[in-house]
Formats: sequence, structure tokens, C-alpha cells
Amino acid sequence: MCADRDSFASPSTSSRRGFLFKLGLALNVVAASLVGVPVIGYILGPARGRSAQAWIKLGPLGSFPEGQTRLATYENPLRVAWDGATATIPCWVRRIDGERFQIFAVNCAHLGCPVRWFAQSRLFMCPCHGGVYYEDGSRASGPPPRGLFEYEYQIRDGELWVQGGQIPTLSEPV
Amino acid sequence: MGLFRAIGHWFEERTGLGGILAIPMEHRVPRSTASWAYVFGSATMILFVLQIVTGICLALVYVPSPDQAYESLEYLNYQAVLGWYLRAIHFWGSNAMVLVMTLHMIQVFLWGAHKYPRELTWIAGVLLFLCTLGMAFTGQVLRWDQDAYWGLGIGSSIIARVPFAGSTLVHVLLGGPIVAGRTLSRFFTLHVFAIPGLLIGLIGVHLWLVLRLGINEWPMPGRLVDRETYRTQYEEEVKKDGVAFFPAAARKDMIAMGVVVLLVLLCAAIFGPHGPGGVPDPTIIDTTPKPDFYFLSLFALFALLPPWTETAILLIGPPLAIGFLLALPFLAGTGEKSWRRRPVSVLGVLLILLTVITLATLGVIVPWSPVMDAWSGLPTPVAYVRGRSPLELQGALVLQNKQCRNCHSLGGEGGRRGPALDGVATRLTQDQLIRQVLQGGGNMPAYGKNLSPAEVTALVAFMQTLRPANQSPARTAILPTTPGR
Repeated sequence: MCADRDSFASPSTSSRRGFLFKLGLALNVVAASLVGVPVIGYILGPARGRSAQAWIKLGPLGSFPEGQTRLATYENPLRVAWDGATATIPCWVRRIDGERFQIFAVNCAHLGCPVRWFAQSRLFMCPCHGGVYYEDGSRASGPPPRGLFEYEYQIRDGELWVQGGQIPTLSEPV
Repeated sequence: MGLFRAIGHWFEERTGLGGILAIPMEHRVPRSTASWAYVFGSATMILFVLQIVTGICLALVYVPSPDQAYESLEYLNYQAVLGWYLRAIHFWGSNAMVLVMTLHMIQVFLWGAHKYPRELTWIAGVLLFLCTLGMAFTGQVLRWDQDAYWGLGIGSSIIARVPFAGSTLVHVLLGGPIVAGRTLSRFFTLHVFAIPGLLIGLIGVHLWLVLRLGINEWPMPGRLVDRETYRTQYEEEVKKDGVAFFPAAARKDMIAMGVVVLLVLLCAAIFGPHGPGGVPDPTIIDTTPKPDFYFLSLFALFALLPPWTETAILLIGPPLAIGFLLALPFLAGTGEKSWRRRPVSVLGVLLILLTVITLATLGVIVPWSPVMDAWSGLPTPVAYVRGRSPLELQGALVLQNKQCRNCHSLGGEGGRRGPALDGVATRLTQDQLIRQVLQGGGNMPAYGKNLSPAEVTALVAFMQTLRPANQSPARTAILPTTPGR
């Protein structure tokens, strides 16, 4: 009994109990890392797959009159079944003339609030901190550090397509 | 009575819990701490308990999924028996918790409780404060309405400014590339599991430290904290003039706890639940997102900072402020405890309070935001159109139709982003008005491309009439020199 107690008190001795203690420690370290790695990987999972863009149809060219700027919406290509209304994303479509378009994200370049188009003064205004943009999306006044975020577009068979899918921010402008 | 006592003995013999509870209840505290100034900590804790109870109840009904969260909130408000009341208690309880916790923090700081040997108690408290703000923000997201949706957009826009890792952080925060289904689940998990778990653990540490180190005695001016002598002095004081925590000091705590809870219940019953606001449909862009009051001051700061300083201040400011709070007990861990002898501390608290309150007030008024419907909703004051020429009246129409009033007020109504136009003719000459309209500048967009020459002529003619009858119009400071004169 006395010897047992000694080996318990100093598990570093090369006795059988010392070995078991070390083995127990090692097993738990291995188990903890085998749990920890997938847990952290799972939590950080959304960080992978950076390019989340896809081409989406916005509608026939005829629905965008020349010289006008209109709100259009598209279904987020990366939607999940339970997204509800948040799967539908708005954007501002400006048809300059013919097949020349500009498609802007509604998110203000300052902090992402939705900008509104005023056709009379041909300006986009942001309700949050007063950012204002001209009709070509360039910054007119207020705190935004740049113009509106602009999506890529294509015209296929008389339909307007937009490349979208992620929230535009300063570090990932569309 | 005898039966109750017998049952009590039966349990005590087996669990020994009564003896353990007696330690915190009967531990002796300085007589000076049985004060109304010391009640905010326990008041915060009872509010946390109230949040847990009502939160569990709300989770019985709430659906953390973006396609049904809004409907489940409406169901709670209008159909579930007393659902509205529990939502209201949870909302007003959260406001009260942030408020009372702030009072607690100010009190312990002014009373010098962060000094030796209670540094860790203060640090645990700072972490509790941050977790509570985290609960406030995540809770605001669970109220899945327009403010929540665009609030997440604002959060993402701020985080995206982090160099290099910005977009990765946004994706981790949102659980995907966009604010949608996976986002709400993440915030639900944070609000219901992760942060409350942290809070409970930190409260345990905080209370254990209070028990072990004793409640901070009422500071006397001139009695300095010295690492060598403080603890013996404290123990002597408690031995000589201490009282049992229960009931001597707990009396006032109990009254404060009762009062704050009753106030929360009263607010909940009178004002009811908050929101949900507009439907969280991103395609409804006619919305003016605004955070709850705890973040209004930050929201205001974003509008007032010069744009070129913004990213730096957004990214460096919060870590700096948190770092300062955590480092505080090490920067000033000994010496004078009484606020009467710590003018810098008192002024610092006042300065922070004034700044936060001023910014939050501005956040309510939002003078920098255009009033989006001023141009279509507000009439031109009658006095400004009476007796005007047809050209000037045409100009009044231009001013209205081109959304000028979204930023400029007339007769006290309209936006406050730009100067009021009531007396503009006394400040700017005709030439200056034309130039300002065409070229913009000073935070005004240039209207050169968007107005026809005729519209500019009419607009400026109208604005030249905007001056009080007894004041002369503006004149150029120096008349242009004409060659040959």
C-alpha cells in the first residue's frame, strides 16, 4: 500500500501507475484535439469558398426603359430552403442606352444601408448617415469612401443577367 | 413548524447545502458597505435572472428561422397567452440590465473598488459588461425585422474594414456570403447558448472573488491603498466593525432588487413589447435602419467622424477602449480610493457620460440623415410663395421637386443635413447661389447635370427672395474690377 501511494504521488516515475497516468493524459489530449479540430472547422466553415458569385437572370431588356433607373430583384443563388424573404436580393438597374447598363448594389458603400433612387434629382440617397451618389454611382457627398458597388452584367438572348450572390462590402466589393 | 424543521434537518444531514449557503450569507462585511450606493451589482444580477426566465419562455415559441421568425414574433405579440407581456419584460429587462450594470460599473470605479486586491473582480466585471452588450446586439438581431436585417449589414460593413481578414470574418459572422437563413441560426446560438454560458461562468468568478476578497469598504479620503498593509487593515476593520452580510447589508440589496424588477414589470405593462418593426424583406428598401439605444451613440459617431479617420477609429477604437478598461487596475492599482481625491477619474467618467449621451441624443435626432419624404410630404410655407413672380414660383416648385428639402429645411421643416434656406439670400449672392447649385461642394452634390438652365434660373430667383423683410441681400465682398476704370 505504501509503495502504491508513492507512485501515485509522483506519476513521473516509470512505474506502471505513472505510465497509466501519462497514457490517460495522452488519450485525452488526442481526443480533445480530434473533437476540437472538426468543431473549429465547422464553425469557420462559412469562411471557405470565397467566390460566392453566380450569374442570375434579372429579366428581359424590355423591362428596363432606356435612360431610367429601376429596382430589380433576384433570387440569391446560394439560398437555403429556410431563407424566406431574405433570399431575394434587390439591386438598382440603370439602362444608359441600348445595351449599356449599370447595376448597383442597394448597399451604401459607407455602412451598407439601402440607398434610394430619386429620379427627379437623379441622385441616390442613403437614409442612415446621409451618403449621396450621382446616377452613375459615383460618390456625390457624405461619408461613403467610394461610389456604389457595381455588379457585372451580361446580355444573353435579350435577357439581362447579373453576377451576384454575396453582400458587397469594402473588402469584397461584389 | 416542527414538521418543516424535521424535513429541513433530513435534507441538511444528507446534502449539507445549508452550511454552504450560510458562508456567503453570514460572511462579515464592513458596516460602511450596507449602503444604497452598493445595491447595483445585485440589482444587475436579479435582472439577469429575469432575462433567463423570460428568455426560456420566449424560446418555447420563437422560431429561429428567417422564413418564420417574424411570424412567430407576431404570434407571441397577438395570440400566445401573455406572450406580449413576456416579450415586453424581456425587452425592458434588457434595457434595465444595460443601464443598471453601467451604474454598477461607474459606482465601483468611483469608489476605487478596482484597486488592489480586486483587480480580477474588475476584469471579470468588464468581461461581463462586454458579454451583456453582446447579448443586447444578438437579441436585437433575433427581433428579426428590417432593423435587424440592415443592422447585420452595418455590422458586416464595419467588420469588412479589417485589413486582409475582413471578408473572411464577414462570412464567419453571417454563416455565409449574405444575411440569410444561416445568419439567424448563428445569432440564436450566440444569444441562447454561447454568451449566456459565458455570463453564468463569469458571474460565478465575479461572486467568488467578492466573497474571497471582501466587499470594497467605503473609501475614506486620505486612506491610501498599500499592497503591504491593505488586506490586514481590511480584515481588522471587518473584525472590529463588521456586520453579517445577511440581513444587515442584504436589506438594501433586496429592496433595490425588488424595485428594479417592479419597474421593469411596470414599463412592460404600460409600454408593451418593442417591435418587431417592418417585415425583414430586403426588397423593401424604403426603410431607415436604426439600432437600439445602447448602440445609438456609435451609430451617431459613424456619421460625425471625418471619412478618412473612420476605418482607423472603427478598428482601433474598440480594442483600445476595452484594453484600457482591462488595464485600468494595473495602471492605477494602489493609492487614493475616494472619488473626492481623484479628480481625473471623476472628470473622465463625466466626459465619457456626456459624450455618450450627446452622441445618443444626436442619434435620435439624426440631423445628418436626409428626410426621405420631405420633398413630397411637406408643403412650401405659404409666406414664401405669397406675392412672388411666376418665375420665382416656378423656382419654388423646382426646389420642392428636386428633393432639395430632403436636406434643407424651410420654415423649420425638412432635412437638417444642409443649412436651412430661410434666410439664404442674406448669405449668398445670385452668383454664389448659381455656383453652389451647379457645382455643389461643402457636402452638397453638384446639380449641374440634373437641372436645365431654365430650372437653375427659376430656382435661384426663388432663393433670392428668401430673406427677412428688414434685411438686405448678400453683396459680394469685393466688386470685380472692370478694366479701364
